[in-house]
Amino acid sequence: MPLLNTLPEYVLTTKTDEMLNWMRKSSLWYMLFGLACCAIELMHTGGPRADIDRFGAAPRASARQSDLMIVAGTLTLKMALRTRLLYDQMPDPKYVISMGSCSNCGGLFQLAYSVCDGVDKILPVDVYVPGCPPRPEALTEGLLKLQEKIMTERWLTKQSNGHGELVSEA
Amino acid sequence: MNPVQVYERTKERFPAAVLEVVEKAIDPFAVIDPAAIVDVCRFLRDDLETAMDCLSNQSGVDYKDRIEVVYHLFSYRYRHSAVLKVKLPRDNPAVATVETVWNSANWMEREIFDLLGVTFEGHSDMRRILMPEDWPGYPLRKDFVEPLEYHGISTVRDSAIIRLDAKKK
Repeated sequence: MPLLNTLPEYVLTTKTDEMLNWMRKSSLWYMLFGLACCAIELMHTGGPRADIDRFGAAPRASARQSDLMIVAGTLTLKMALRTRLLYDQMPDPKYVISMGSCSNCGGLFQLAYSVCDGVDKILPVDVYVPGCPPRPEALTEGLLKLQEKIMTERWLTKQSNGHGELVSEA
Repeated sequence: MNPVQVYERTKERFPAAVLEVVEKAIDPFAVIDPAAIVDVCRFLRDDLETAMDCLSNQSGVDYKDRIEVVYHLFSYRYRHSAVLKVKLPRDNPAVATVETVWNSANWMEREIFDLLGVTFEGHSDMRRILMPEDWPGYPLRKDFVEPLEYHGISTVRDSAIIRLDAKKK
């Protein structure tokens, strides 16, 4: 006997994976973490005009309470070690948005002696947002792309290997 | 007072310390004996005619055969300025600190130490200010070679941008 139209109105049916993903994508708490001028646009994105809060993304001041790291700005080699430490402190599942040219590839400062050419040398990156710096609209788009990506995950059959990459449990 | 008058006055007080006065430059400057730099600076600060109460900038330059430390002085009382230079050998360059004359020299001297490796004797806190503590070498030296790796992080990236320094390696 099909389940459809047999249950009362207040009962909803879904897949467990989709429910988990929906809950996760709807409360992406990002870490308060700005490295350079991109951080100004990150603040704008959290502010009332772009208002990233409406997608469930709220700033957290501690890495241990965050799901999402937005690497906003020029990553120096000195900071790269600290960034890696902060990323390791975040609980799984964790995601990384690389915001702006500098954290994508080193950008303008690629040939400088002190700059790490891209945050993907030290962390796995989920979404790259181009721009120098990206407008709040672009970062919001990046967050929506990340939400789309989260909705494709299958947590019941796969699990994270601790680096944000999904591996088969078997 | 224009800068040259400042240098003349310094020369009257310290005849042996002023090695050279170059007038034909955008900023006329005086080359000072490194051993006397603190005395000269203190004189220029305390003298009522010059009253250089501000060290507006202190920097270092690598000229391949020598390293120069440059002092830009400014007087808020008279609105005049002066530039002093000391020439140091490239091997183990060292000069006395002027932190005792102007406190603002503290961080600027640390920066020169960080990027050019000039040691300031008598400085209260002589360590790197910008680069990591374990960084190899001094980045603004002309013969500085960028390490290919720092704590396992590669410093080279394959990209469409032509690496301008690729030919050197």
